[in-house]
Amino acid sequence: MKIKVLGSGCVNCMRLEENTLAAVKELGLTVELEHIYDMAEIVSYGIMATPALVVDEKVILAGKVADSAEIKDILNNL
Amino acid sequence: MIEQFSQYFVYDVFKLSRQSQIGSSLDFFVYDSIKIFLLLIIVTHLMSWLRAYLPLEKIRDIINSKKFYGLDYLLASIFGAITPFCSCSSIPLFVGFVGAGVPLGVTFAFLITSPLVNEVALTLFAGLFGLKVTIIYAVSGIMLGVIGGMILGRLKIEKYIDNKFLNITPAQVDKNGTRIITFKKISREAFDIINKIYIYILVGIAIGALIHGYVPTGYFEGYLSGQTWWSVPVAVILAVPLYSNASGVIPIIQALVAKGVPLGTALAFMMATVGLSLPEALMLKRVMKLKLLLIFFATVTISIIILGYLFNINMIY
Repeated sequence: MKIKVLGSGCVNCMRLEENTLAAVKELGLTVELEHIYDMAEIVSYGIMATPALVVDEKVILAGKVADSAEIKDILNNL
Repeated sequence: MIEQFSQYFVYDVFKLSRQSQIGSSLDFFVYDSIKIFLLLIIVTHLMSWLRAYLPLEKIRDIINSKKFYGLDYLLASIFGAITPFCSCSSIPLFVGFVGAGVPLGVTFAFLITSPLVNEVALTLFAGLFGLKVTIIYAVSGIMLGVIGGMILGRLKIEKYIDNKFLNITPAQVDKNGTRIITFKKISREAFDIINKIYIYILVGIAIGALIHGYVPTGYFEGYLSGQTWWSVPVAVILAVPLYSNASGVIPIIQALVAKGVPLGTALAFMMATVGLSLPEALMLKRVMKLKLLLIFFATVTISIIILGYLFNINMIY
């Protein structure tokens, strides 16, 4: 699984990355986590607000900081 | 009740004299802070609850549905007032709108109103200026977006947008967190908003309180009055390089108005500080050519100056 956190480096984006890391760790998944800072690449996903979460090139979350429980939920239901 | 508490706290607990400048400053500070934070807690909860049901993607689709022929500027501007804004999300938003086929002028209407009118600014206005000024401010902020957007929409500015941003397919975020809306989540979002701005508000109220306590009434009437024609443009031009969150400026503006600065001049200053900022300009520079950025700033600046004059002529505060 390949997870990308999209965000220009603001506080919220960092929090989403931390929460995602925590969720992945708790689930014991092996994933490739990448943080995209480049604005051109961020907007190419067609999102309206940062931060956003992309799993295997599919946007699953945009414009909000989900907590780790919520992210675990999402990853489980993929 | 808050007033009594504040007076008890300042004059009885701290034993400051009612006539002293420090006493009245502290009284203002305590009273305004408590009042505003109570209001903010209520309003941010309400707005977070509303937003939980109204994500940006849905808003974009409603604006773009073309069902509101002629009213899309107004609609975009009102949505700009409802949605939260930080300059770091202005680009995804801009690109998201434009990429989905929302006309540029309508997108600008959204972009202009968004930082100017939001629940935090309105709460501060309501707490400090009363309901009448709050409504006037909200309506003029929304009108500013509509008028600015319409002017920009007429100007054939499409060619100044970087081509690669014009054809991005908007994402369908269908899950968005398998969202179950609970009070706990709404409350956390509300306090997230307050957390981000409380320091600006406290500093703003503190400066405002000092002005209330130490500057004599009518002090500014001499040189910043409505009679001097240049006061509005000067206030606006001074404000553009200043960047502040609306929440920090409003208490200061209120104190200045109380000491004789005309309301129109003060509001123009505030709108320019909040609506025209360097960080936002730097962000937008990455998707549009410099020329368009300058046209955008010039249009908004001129509209704000005109609004300032209108207030000074029509309103005796």
